[in-house]
Amino acid sequence: MEYIPQILFLVLIAVGFGLFGKSALRIRRNILLGRDLDRSDNPSVRLSTMLKVAMGQSKMVVRPIAGTLHLIVYIGFVLINIEVLEIMIDGLAGTHRVFAPILGGLYTVAISFFEVLGVLVIAACGIFLYRRNVMKIGRFHSTEMKGWPFKDANYILIIEIVLMSALLIMNAAEANFPADHRAAGPFLISGLIAPLFNGFDPSTLHIIERVCWWAHIIGIMFFLNYLPFSKHFHIMLAFPNVYYSKLTPKGQFNNLESVKKEVELMMDPNADPYAAAPAPDPNAAPQRFGAKDVQDLNWVQLMNAYSCTECGRCTSSCPANITGKKLSPRKIMMDTRDRLENVGAIIDLNKGTFVDDGKSLLHDHITPEELWACTSCNACTEACPINIDPLSIIIDLRRYLVMEESSMPAPLAPVMSSLENNGAPWQFSPSDRFNWATEEA
Amino acid sequence: MSEALKVPTMAEMMAAGETPDILFWVGCSGSFDDRAKKITKAIVKILNKVDMKFAVLGVEESCTGDPAKRAGNEFTFMMQAMSNIQVMNAYEVKKIVTGCPHCFNTIKNEYPELGGKYEVIHHTQLVQQLIDEGKLKVEGGAFKGKKITFHDPCYLGRANGEYEAPRSVIQNLDVELTEMKRSRANGLCCGAGGAQMFKEAEPGDKEINMERAEEALALKPDVIATGCPFCNTMMTDGVKYNDKQDETQVLDVAEMIAQANDL
Repeated sequence: MEYIPQILFLVLIAVGFGLFGKSALRIRRNILLGRDLDRSDNPSVRLSTMLKVAMGQSKMVVRPIAGTLHLIVYIGFVLINIEVLEIMIDGLAGTHRVFAPILGGLYTVAISFFEVLGVLVIAACGIFLYRRNVMKIGRFHSTEMKGWPFKDANYILIIEIVLMSALLIMNAAEANFPADHRAAGPFLISGLIAPLFNGFDPSTLHIIERVCWWAHIIGIMFFLNYLPFSKHFHIMLAFPNVYYSKLTPKGQFNNLESVKKEVELMMDPNADPYAAAPAPDPNAAPQRFGAKDVQDLNWVQLMNAYSCTECGRCTSSCPANITGKKLSPRKIMMDTRDRLENVGAIIDLNKGTFVDDGKSLLHDHITPEELWACTSCNACTEACPINIDPLSIIIDLRRYLVMEESSMPAPLAPVMSSLENNGAPWQFSPSDRFNWATEEA
Repeated sequence: MSEALKVPTMAEMMAAGETPDILFWVGCSGSFDDRAKKITKAIVKILNKVDMKFAVLGVEESCTGDPAKRAGNEFTFMMQAMSNIQVMNAYEVKKIVTGCPHCFNTIKNEYPELGGKYEVIHHTQLVQQLIDEGKLKVEGGAFKGKKITFHDPCYLGRANGEYEAPRSVIQNLDVELTEMKRSRANGLCCGAGGAQMFKEAEPGDKEINMERAEEALALKPDVIATGCPFCNTMMTDGVKYNDKQDETQVLDVAEMIAQANDL
């Protein structure tokens, strides 16, 4: 009988980590549905970018209030998780505060420090809830934030407050234990709230302490398994997302290799116009120009979608969005993730193969009106704290519209033919191009 | 009245057996748009002033393909890019200065993979170099003490990280340089990029250039300076819409240098 808590604990974490592993593999599989892209170059630059931007939060603090609050929650989350190590050992070995006798006085210092962080995290989450629900900051209330995305953000903040409170209440209950029952403490913060439990009899205190201990670890396991279904998965993917982000100048768009080959052939004076086309590889899927659906995007773009935490800094700095156009770079990322989740679910339903459901990212999720509002100004990629690139998706979808559907806003059609025939976006004769040098001022 | 412009072409240079130190890439706007032609001439005046051995492609120049590429038309972009590269490689071009940040970005970043490898600079960078090297002496002239704000072109600033060159050139004119709240990396687009220049804006509640012009005009500047012919058009329209054209001029950095020094 005495091993029952340990067995329960083992089952809890085995199921918790097992389910999380399954979700993580599903997301990995979905990301790898994207096209190949080689981002193995410049590992040292990538590493230092990751250390600065992801670990060092350099782009978060550009907005000082949200940035500082986020920094508190981030540091709190990382450091307080050291305590989870002790919980794991205690839970499996049936011990209580296994590090206390080893660390001695240092243990009290460490836990007190975690408690201070815990209080700061609770305060930061409280302010975040206030900003979202009371202050109604614009970027949290855009159209794409209605429903689940808005609730998701609140759930995460509430879970974090509950987890931190459980730790504090647990320690406060233990502070009232008879001295010979206490493994350590009292600690800095829980010592202050300990009087709440004054006069409770020891068995009640033990129950409160145990309930909080279990609530904390069950909460952590729940949270872990909530992540893959939430925007909060960024805590996992922010680091690789920054590592694999674009290093070339923001203005540099990729050149499409397939188009390059065709144009080279077209311009080659030695090419035989009557030569039979090389036999196509029968197994190769015909590659589209640009992207219609998520499988036409590359894996970094798909990872971007799973990394996005919907903070909306991109959208709030987008000139199109600021002036009331439908385009929202955040929605581009959310739509990409939603569509990818749908595609993944279809694959799961059909034993590993995708069956066309007649839908696609373009049109069913993202409309041409959104795409054509983009000025390609890179405000979104500059604003993103973890280097997500919504612009590359916008351009890939535009490429499909223009090159596969021959669809573009009416005024652009004559511009394209002028470019081809006159070498300028306007219908001027190329022979007049140098007239400026001899005209009267 | 200043002297006549000296604008040699690559073809003339080659016929004379000469090689210019730098190719001046004028761009479509700078070649055809009446307002932008003035910027082109200002750049030429600066080049003439310092006796730069430069040449233009003249009628052999063609659009870089930027608007096609940003609009998603990779075919048209690729055709433009490859024929331009053929022309420039035939002339053995090594170094290019552009009068437009879009040309600058496209030639600098997107041409190398297609076989067009050149050292490319924007005209504000060239002017800054000329001043730093002591080749170009500038005075504030009519701009001395005037209030100037600089609007960052996206394809010079965020796209290529150049925020300082134009500002440093302007500061040589002894002016009061004031910044808009959204400047440098946070600069707001004028609304012309990504082929928007050539189409109607999508439905919304405001034009982007109005939003930007209002932000600039709130500073009550004497001059809104830019480094891009498209930004220039957009800001000029915004200023006119607000009926402030008598108080606030929209000028390219090169024009300010040329005007202040009677070039």
